Amino acid sequence: MKTHGRIPSSFLLLLGLIAVLLAGGAAHAKLTIEITGGVEGAQPIAVVPFGNIGDARPGVDVAAVVSADLARSGRFAPMSPREMLVTPHREEDIDMRDWQLLSMNSLVVGEISPSPAGGYMINYDLLDVFTGRKLLSGELPSTEKGLRNAAHRIADAVYEELTGEPGVFATRIAYVTSTGRGPKSRVTLRVADADGYNPQTIVDSADPIMSPTWSPDGRRLAYVSFENHQSAIYVQELASGRRERVASYDGMNGSPAFSPDGRKLAMALSKGGNPDIYVLDLGSRQLTQLTDHYAIDTEPAWSPDGSQLLFTSDRGGRPQIYRVPVTGGPAQRVSFEGDYNAAASYSPDGRSLVMVTREGGRFRIVLTDVGGGSRRYLSNGSLDESPGFAPNGSMVIYATQNNGRGVLAVKPIGGGASQRLSQDSGEVREPSWSPLLR
Amino acid sequence: MPQRSVLSLLLPLAALLAAGGCATSPEPQRAPSAAELDAASRPAGQPYESVRPAETKPLSPLDDPSSPLYRKVVYFDYDNAEIQPQYLDLLRVHANYLYRTPGAAVTLEGHTDERGTRDYNLALGDRRADAVRRFMIAEGVPAEKLSTLSYGEERPADTGHNEQSWALNRRVELVY
Repeated sequence: MKTHGRIPSSFLLLLGLIAVLLAGGAAHAKLTIEITGGVEGAQPIAVVPFGNIGDARPGVDVAAVVSADLARSGRFAPMSPREMLVTPHREEDIDMRDWQLLSMNSLVVGEISPSPAGGYMINYDLLDVFTGRKLLSGELPSTEKGLRNAAHRIADAVYEELTGEPGVFATRIAYVTSTGRGPKSRVTLRVADADGYNPQTIVDSADPIMSPTWSPDGRRLAYVSFENHQSAIYVQELASGRRERVASYDGMNGSPAFSPDGRKLAMALSKGGNPDIYVLDLGSRQLTQLTDHYAIDTEPAWSPDGSQLLFTSDRGGRPQIYRVPVTGGPAQRVSFEGDYNAAASYSPDGRSLVMVTREGGRFRIVLTDVGGGSRRYLSNGSLDESPGFAPNGSMVIYATQNNGRGVLAVKPIGGGASQRLSQDSGEVREPSWSPLLR
Repeated sequence: MPQRSVLSLLLPLAALLAAGGCATSPEPQRAPSAAELDAASRPAGQPYESVRPAETKPLSPLDDPSSPLYRKVVYFDYDNAEIQPQYLDLLRVHANYLYRTPGAAVTLEGHTDERGTRDYNLALGDRRADAVRRFMIAEGVPAEKLSTLSYGEERPADTGHNEQSWALNRRVELVY
């Protein structure tokens, strides 16, 4: 019975499917989002409640989700439906003077009809209130379960049309939560929609979980787990729940980071006696050591073109950011201001960096140019950490403390409203924003 | 025993299904635990770890409050992995015990305070654990009796956000 040496892949798929069913059915504390900053300069927009055609009875108020997304961005001030004098659903039913009177800039109307194939078809239009011109017209099929996602995609399209940059409403955020202390403590790795809905537990453990990070295709997460009293780096497929332990060397296994093409994983390992940067080829399993220094080297982050890696090192006595070509060679120091700079990462366009800096005993998030200059503080806490760009580069997400409790914060780089994401109970930390999901 | 390994995969699966897989169950469904995820991802032929019977330990000086071996924690300065001189005697006592006791082995768990980034602190905890390991090896302890594990700032001994708590958290624990 030699054939039993390998499990048929269909069997593994079945196991994975069961893991997904279990994960999908779990009820979890939602991430609650509060807007914490001012909203000056937000554009007035009206998203009229969508009409239902025939026997369409969608379980989600699609227009309300679109409105909430646009409001959360801080760039828009959507009108409350209660203040609307009329509620047209189609372009031909609109009298622009109604909306000009209400000082709206833009108008979104739409309707939802039953699809012959099951589910719904959503039709929507975005119009300019001053000119009456139709800026956008879209048609989107959706299942009942997919209605929130469809609404996020409509918000993305509206946002991109009006601001010129891609929206990130249909993206997701991975984060670590912890509840309880001592033997009762639980640590979970979760993924939620960018608006905090649909939280899913990816891993649940009594031991620490650290450093979640997305693969560029948005289908996998890499993270560090301390199960069985050992640190190890795992790569887990979200859809199936299947995971693989890719690094469990003696000593530290930490700080995974996918290359922009998704084929390699940079990491920090101390198997050579002290923490150095390594790159693992996920296909061939070849491990290449990139730095070799008796100091700490950790927190690798790829440049968007995949040619360089940033990392944190205390080789100069204190933690600072360095840059090294992926092909190897000498490392160049990037950060010079301040005596503690760490956890740097690139903006999607490769022109800016965010990092953690210490100033007057406080750890804050700072934005710099790619050379480490032109510093601008983005956060004002004392233990802020884990910064990362949204996939459109317009915002930075990071972990901070609110009344002694771990929460997440989102700060738009161009100014405007900030967001705070918290859970009803427990701590939230180590956010990682997904790439744009297509 | 290839057939048995497939069976051993199916058994936890059945337990998993019983625990939360049934759609009509009134119990709230739960997410898979890390162990279950591993069970689902484990390649065939890799046996499960057998359950070890509980060992009855004889009275050990490690558990005797009057023994110098009872103390098992050394503390560090902020952002520093150098062993402070006042802990050298304590570490020598443990080195001597490890050297002389057949079968004795220790995990050196490195920890940091919460200040600074989590991954840098994981590396700093690793450096602290490694500093103790190197000292023990220099004192003659065979390397195979020593392993290191950094938890960084993930497992604070004290959850306060002040100097006193931070001082208690910057440590290496000797876990036998």
